[in-house]
Amino acid sequence: MAVVDNFRAETRVWLEANCPASMRTPMPTDEGSSGGLRAEYKNPETKIWLDRMSAKGWTTPTWPAEYGGGGLGKDEAMVLEEEMRAIGCRSPLSGMGISMLGPVLLEYGTEAQRVEHLPAIIKGEIRWCQGYSEPGAGSDLAGLQTRAVLQGDHYLVNGHKIWTSNAHLSDKIFCLVRTDPAAKKHEGISFLLIDMAWEGVRARPITLISGYSVFCETFLENVRVPAGNLVGENNKGWTIAKRLLEHERKGIGGIGAPGAPTADKPVYVIAKDAVGEVDGKIADPALRNQISVQLMNTHAFQLTRRRAAEASEAGQPPGPMSAMFKYYATELNKTRYEAVLAAGGDQMLGWEGGEYDPNHLRNTREWLRSKANTIEGGTSEVQLNIIAKRVLGLPD
Amino acid sequence: MALVLNSEAQLVRDSALEFFADKSPILMLRKLRDSRDADGFSRPLWREMADLGWTGFLVPEAHGGSEFGMVGLGQVLEAAGRTLAATPLLSTALIAASAIDLAGSEAQKQKYFPGLVSGDAIFALALEEGAHHNPNRIATTAKRDGDGFVLDGAKRFVIDGHVANQLIVVARTSGGQTDRNGITLFMVPADAAGVAITRSAMIDSRNAARVTLAGVRVGADAVLGRIDGGADPLEAVLDRARAGLAAEMLGSSSEAFERTVQYLKDRKQFGVAIGSFQALKHRAAQMFCEVEVTRSAVTAALAALDENANDASLLASLAKAKASDTAYLTGNEGVQMHGGIGMTDEHEIGFFMKRARVAQAMFGDGAFHRDRYAALTGY
Ligand SMILES: Cc1cc2nc3c(=O)[nH]c(=O)nc-3n(C[C@H](O)[C@H](O)[C@H](O)COP(=O)(O)OP(=O)(O)OC[C@H]3O[C@@H](n4cnc5c(N)ncnc54)[C@H](O)[C@@H]3O)c2cc1C
Ligand SMILES: Cc1cc2nc3c(=O)[nH]c(=O)nc-3n(C[C@H](O)[C@H](O)[C@H](O)COP(=O)(O)OP(=O)(O)OC[C@H]3O[C@@H](n4cnc5c(N)ncnc54)[C@H](O)[C@@H]3O)c2cc1C
Repeated sequence: MAVVDNFRAETRVWLEANCPASMRTPMPTDEGSSGGLRAEYKNPETKIWLDRMSAKGWTTPTWPAEYGGGGLGKDEAMVLEEEMRAIGCRSPLSGMGISMLGPVLLEYGTEAQRVEHLPAIIKGEIRWCQGYSEPGAGSDLAGLQTRAVLQGDHYLVNGHKIWTSNAHLSDKIFCLVRTDPAAKKHEGISFLLIDMAWEGVRARPITLISGYSVFCETFLENVRVPAGNLVGENNKGWTIAKRLLEHERKGIGGIGAPGAPTADKPVYVIAKDAVGEVDGKIADPALRNQISVQLMNTHAFQLTRRRAAEASEAGQPPGPMSAMFKYYATELNKTRYEAVLAAGGDQMLGWEGGEYDPNHLRNTREWLRSKANTIEGGTSEVQLNIIAKRVLGLPD
Repeated sequence: MALVLNSEAQLVRDSALEFFADKSPILMLRKLRDSRDADGFSRPLWREMADLGWTGFLVPEAHGGSEFGMVGLGQVLEAAGRTLAATPLLSTALIAASAIDLAGSEAQKQKYFPGLVSGDAIFALALEEGAHHNPNRIATTAKRDGDGFVLDGAKRFVIDGHVANQLIVVARTSGGQTDRNGITLFMVPADAAGVAITRSAMIDSRNAARVTLAGVRVGADAVLGRIDGGADPLEAVLDRARAGLAAEMLGSSSEAFERTVQYLKDRKQFGVAIGSFQALKHRAAQMFCEVEVTRSAVTAALAALDENANDASLLASLAKAKASDTAYLTGNEGVQMHGGIGMTDEHEIGFFMKRARVAQAMFGDGAFHRDRYAALTGY
């Protein structure tokens, strides 16, 4: 424990000295830091914070130091997290490189692939996107049709990916491709790393119902991918694909956690402002009840996350509980924004313009964005299928 | 606050699960019901529970208890909930032990704890007066009479009322019907002159009673806690009761849910197990989530009460609300997914739904605790 206590003291001092003032304030959604060659830093301190943290490897605290990671043990990483939370530090870097590809390369990548890709992820130099879904392969991901044909030292790739989040802002894409069309659908899939700048790769942004444009169609036309960019074995990509999805779902399962970007005020304050109060209570009892349902489910779910974390600290294997996080967190997040919308009344129905409070406009767009939570990374129905099968053991 | 059980609590949990599975399966409740058993619970079994130390979990060591606390008692209640065991755990080991410990004088502790811990004495809280839980609306009066009091009023939904030796009566010594000040707790012997107790047969086949108090005379030593100051200790006792009952409901919900999932695997229609139908799978998966989330709220509430944490009341309301909603869900879905057999008295799944409704109403249902959660949060 003494070692951890030392680490805590040092960390506290370092964070105090190095975390810029604006990086200790709640993060507006447009100041997130995802890195990459095309990154623009609206707030210059975002970049300073990223550079300081990545120099210590603390953008990826538990990754091995040999690749530039923090090399911290679980206990130390927890301490770092606690100390960052204590002074309200923003996350210095997020994105699919950190949350999804990196862990998979650490598990399945070659040494050459780790050396090439991990340091650039850790420093936020390269931004990655995910080329899984296709027009004909969503929930049924293994039905994907993008073809990759091995021709000597390279694959020739042709296909059409869709819903590729931030492809237009990304430098590289990890793709699932079909390398053996004759095999059973799960057995002919491979996992390739592709540079978005290569010839034949094109991303076309798609506008969402929120008006934001965060995902793209990605076209792959006769793209030549060096054979060394295959992760794992040829035709054995499905195992890696599934493992990456576990990381993705774990990440999405953290949505709405304490410290995540939120509405500007507690929802009950928005409600009181909008409908008034009687004896300190929101004047509309139905709205008040809706808010209680939402806040209490959130409270109970946060306790569930904590219970799972404590169980894992106590060395217990991840229980069946973990299967529910993606489902529950995303359904909750939708009810959270529905409550905000209901509380605000017509103030939350604005699309743009000066007569609306910018915070309200942002909430409204986030309400629309939240609808994707139960679709992306595997829909709620797919998650329920997984719980029914793996946890409850119900037959197919 | 730990949300994972320590090894001592785990030990209690394991032995309680075994105890109720062995000695008090649902068949016991059915027998008590069908034989119209006068007590509505098994006294020999209650004695065994006392011997295991469960009656003393909330009693100070100085008075023969173990002070093991709410987390421990919660494990016992949860196990009892799994088999719908009819016991005075809630009325006596939890509510009375808490009321006497939190509000009682040294003399009262010496008077009541020995019988409570040994299992000889049963206690009942006489609180409710209306059709819905409302601890702040008390019309039963206690008027000064010499150096004592005279109590008049009518109480209902008094758990274990007809088997109790002692009633803990919530009465008004001053103020208007909804004033927080002016509530006083009284220890009233069940056989005192003017006390009339009628057993109520409720859907869950468990013990409840109506109690009328007509000119019941008690001495000054019957006052538990401060005169006019009963609302605070009552609230603290109720929070424990809510969390403890939520633990019991968690046990019942878990059991009803697991039995239902097993039925989905066993029952064949259309040539396949009905558990292969997605319409049932998804609902089962949703129930799984609700049971897990409820478990977290219940564990947190029990732990917070043991630690006297600032948010203990908030968590007690959270736990009781979630447990109520989840028991409603698992009870209703349990019956529905069993089809015709679930409608029969012979099958046990219906017992869970019936107990769920009574437990939901006891000490505040989901709506009550959502309102309270809001008030405690400041909206
Ligand atoms: C905002 C956003 C960002 C995304 N980002 C990415 C990304 O970066 N990279 C990427 O590869 N993909 C991404 N996706 C795609 C996402 O993974 C898919 O949308 C998702 O897997 C669902 O596939 P689909 O859209 O084809 O819907 P479909 O699979 O066609 O589903 C339609 C409906 O049918 C239901 N359904 C399907 N199968 C079943 C079943 N077996 N049982 C019951 N119900 C079923 C679904 O639950 C859904 O309600 C993103 C999606 C969104 C919305
Ligand atoms: C009070 C009462 C009176 C009755 N009276 C009569 C009567 O007079 N005459 C008579 O002949 N019958 C009568 N019945 C029987 C009644 O029609 C059956 O109970 C009913 O058809 C359901 O069949 P089951 O009980 O075998 O349930 P099951 O078919 O075993 O169903 C169990 C559960 O599985 C679900 N399930 C089954 N198949 C599917 C599927 N394909 N997809 C999704 N879910 C599925 C059901 O909805 C149910 O929730 C009566 C039943 C009751 C309760």
